[in-house]
Amino acid sequence: MKQLMSGNEAIARGAYEAGVKVAAAYPGTPSTEILENIVEYKDDIYCEWAPNEKVATEVAIGASIAGVRSISAMKHVGLNVAADPIFTYAYLGVNAGYVLITADDPSMHSSQNEQDNRYYAKFAKIPMVEPSDSQESKDFMAEAFKISEQFDTPVLYRVTTRICHSKSMVEFGERIEVEPRKYERNAAKYVAAPANAKIARMKVEERMKSLEEYACSSPLNKVEYNKDTKIGIITAGISYQYVKEVFGDNASYLKLGFTFPLPMKLIKEFASKFETVYVVEELDPFMEEQIKAAGVKCIGKELIPPMYELNPDIVAKALLNKENETKKVDAKVVGRPPVLCPGCPHRGFFYTMSKKKNTVVTGDIGCYTLGGSPPLGAIDTCICMGAGFSAGMGMAKAFEVSGRDNKVFGVVGDSTFFHSGITGAIDIVYNKGKMVPVVLDNRITGMTGHQENPGTGKTLMGEDAIQIDPVEVLKAIGYKTVKTVDPCDLKAMDEVVTEAANSEEPYAIVTKRPCVLIKGLPPFKTKCKVDRDKCKKCKMCLKVGCPAVFFKDGASYIEQSMCVGCEVCMQVCKFDAIEKVGE
Amino acid sequence: MSDVKNILLVGVGGQGTILVSRILTAGLIKAGYDVKMSEVHGMAQRGGSVTTQVRYGKKVYSPIIGRGQADILVSFEKMEAVRWIEYLKPDGVVVVNNYEIPSMPIASGKEEYPQGLIEALQASFKTVVIDAGKIAEELGNIKTQNIVLLGALVKALKMDEIDWEEIIRETINPKLVDINIKAYNKGKEL
Repeated sequence: MKQLMSGNEAIARGAYEAGVKVAAAYPGTPSTEILENIVEYKDDIYCEWAPNEKVATEVAIGASIAGVRSISAMKHVGLNVAADPIFTYAYLGVNAGYVLITADDPSMHSSQNEQDNRYYAKFAKIPMVEPSDSQESKDFMAEAFKISEQFDTPVLYRVTTRICHSKSMVEFGERIEVEPRKYERNAAKYVAAPANAKIARMKVEERMKSLEEYACSSPLNKVEYNKDTKIGIITAGISYQYVKEVFGDNASYLKLGFTFPLPMKLIKEFASKFETVYVVEELDPFMEEQIKAAGVKCIGKELIPPMYELNPDIVAKALLNKENETKKVDAKVVGRPPVLCPGCPHRGFFYTMSKKKNTVVTGDIGCYTLGGSPPLGAIDTCICMGAGFSAGMGMAKAFEVSGRDNKVFGVVGDSTFFHSGITGAIDIVYNKGKMVPVVLDNRITGMTGHQENPGTGKTLMGEDAIQIDPVEVLKAIGYKTVKTVDPCDLKAMDEVVTEAANSEEPYAIVTKRPCVLIKGLPPFKTKCKVDRDKCKKCKMCLKVGCPAVFFKDGASYIEQSMCVGCEVCMQVCKFDAIEKVGE
Repeated sequence: MSDVKNILLVGVGGQGTILVSRILTAGLIKAGYDVKMSEVHGMAQRGGSVTTQVRYGKKVYSPIIGRGQADILVSFEKMEAVRWIEYLKPDGVVVVNNYEIPSMPIASGKEEYPQGLIEALQASFKTVVIDAGKIAEELGNIKTQNIVLLGALVKALKMDEIDWEEIIRETINPKLVDINIKAYNKGKEL
């Protein structure tokens, strides 16, 4: 049976067919749907949302050591968090196969950087597999597990946004039932004490040599010769689709699905047949540098941009100097940046902070990053998961040692709190940071599309679970005062922020109001409406940055189909021109 | 050049472009085409500008459409049609919903919603203007405006060999099938 599937759905199917029994991940675009689809096979696969990528990877590694095939999946920056276990598991080697899926985000559609995670394969000295469409995303999974078990190594499975989120046709196979391997204590293999690690280190180098030999005959690497062609193209991943689109039968291809270590013998043989050899790859010259270092003459980043996504237009312009004819229209358009939804609980907090002078807000990764956009503009920094607390700590200490009195508020969401906010919160209270940690608890992992987390009371597999309350955690680690507040009650929100700023003792804030997009919440029956006769056109209500509120025909207007009646705009109107209707 | 056809659906996060592309791809697959589709998730949504790209033919490679390559551009919102217009072939067709959603710079009073967009489109391209919102409201469910646009798309692309009503029946919640079939036919009539 053939189905139209996204790369992420296909990876999930591939893991199922490959006999995987344990899967763990932390959500992150563009990787999230892998585990969301694995759960379809929960009768055969245990799967979980771990609190972060490091935990997810360690869970999968443990399962692999115990003898069942396992995966962990994450976005590219998630692998920075999971780097610690993977570098050492590369030394230990597996029992049953283990595959780590990294979903990179060229062009940063939904990320803070566009790091090229192929370097992790080289850095950790582990083999890498790169599919180029959904069928391969499924099929290559079985081969990845074979490689893992045959060469006693974790495997890096590298995909990108356009693989993850593009759909193409997939032919299904059957699940292979893989018997759990026997587990026996084997300290020499699984205890990475220095004496053992030194021995493992040598094995890693030997393994690299056997892997390069494998690469030259791997079914994942294919040569496509076309008659009478003078151009040879070495490519991998989504770039393969782009060069095929541009060159069709007018070039020959070495299409690599196994991209580390590179099959250098195969590459040399291929390259020797053509007048011109191009290496076409997205982001860094990962393959090109190695190919050039091996003495092969080729052209790559001289012509192909080293940053952002590629596409057929870029490839055609770079290599053939060809551009499609386009026609413009004579009209200007206004930008449409993403915004906090109407009724978003974060709006009340950020509106309150936007009014505070001499205050620094260190932000974090999630929907609430949007609190930094105009008109709210209430965030000073956004670095990585957890830095909302710990970078705030550093800023607070810097202000303290340099005699400045700026007050720092560090912000993380509930899922980020469990991910890596807790450690920062401990640092603040332990090392006497003069700053206020704020957890914006909206009862869900928002930006990635509503995944369960340790605060939601449910697991990925749909079971009831313990519901960990950030308030109790903060109290337990030593915050004398932990205030909870409804962020959309602007008066209460302002009071809590003021009190926190003046507190001499460790003080934390937890804002509590669920994300308006959570399914199954009671329906929003009332809405806010502008009494256009009372409206004084002061535009104060526009400062809350709600997409439902705008200026129309000379007065403020609230789009009724969008409003959910959160009343934030109503509270900022000094003339009582906004009223509640309905119910 | 190849026989591959390109359909670009654009709009604002939350307008229901995804359902249309699901029906569209289901129909195309049934008709025996190779199909690829690409969409955006995560930060790119949240009221931002969104695109769904559908490509079909005997054999499709790239999942994304190049500039000047779309045979048809279906825009669920007026300003988005102009934003993505350079992806349309010079002789392509733009189907545009006569519907405005102000973006944040407009909502917050920094910018004005641009005027004369439809006229500007008509001056350069074959343009089909649809009041999908109004039609859907008359039918009794504003949410069916995406299916009105699907009807207009099918007509513009002359894809009559596919039984779209059957695909709608198979894809949409049974309770909402009748109203959506009506919406589809309204869109096709225009």
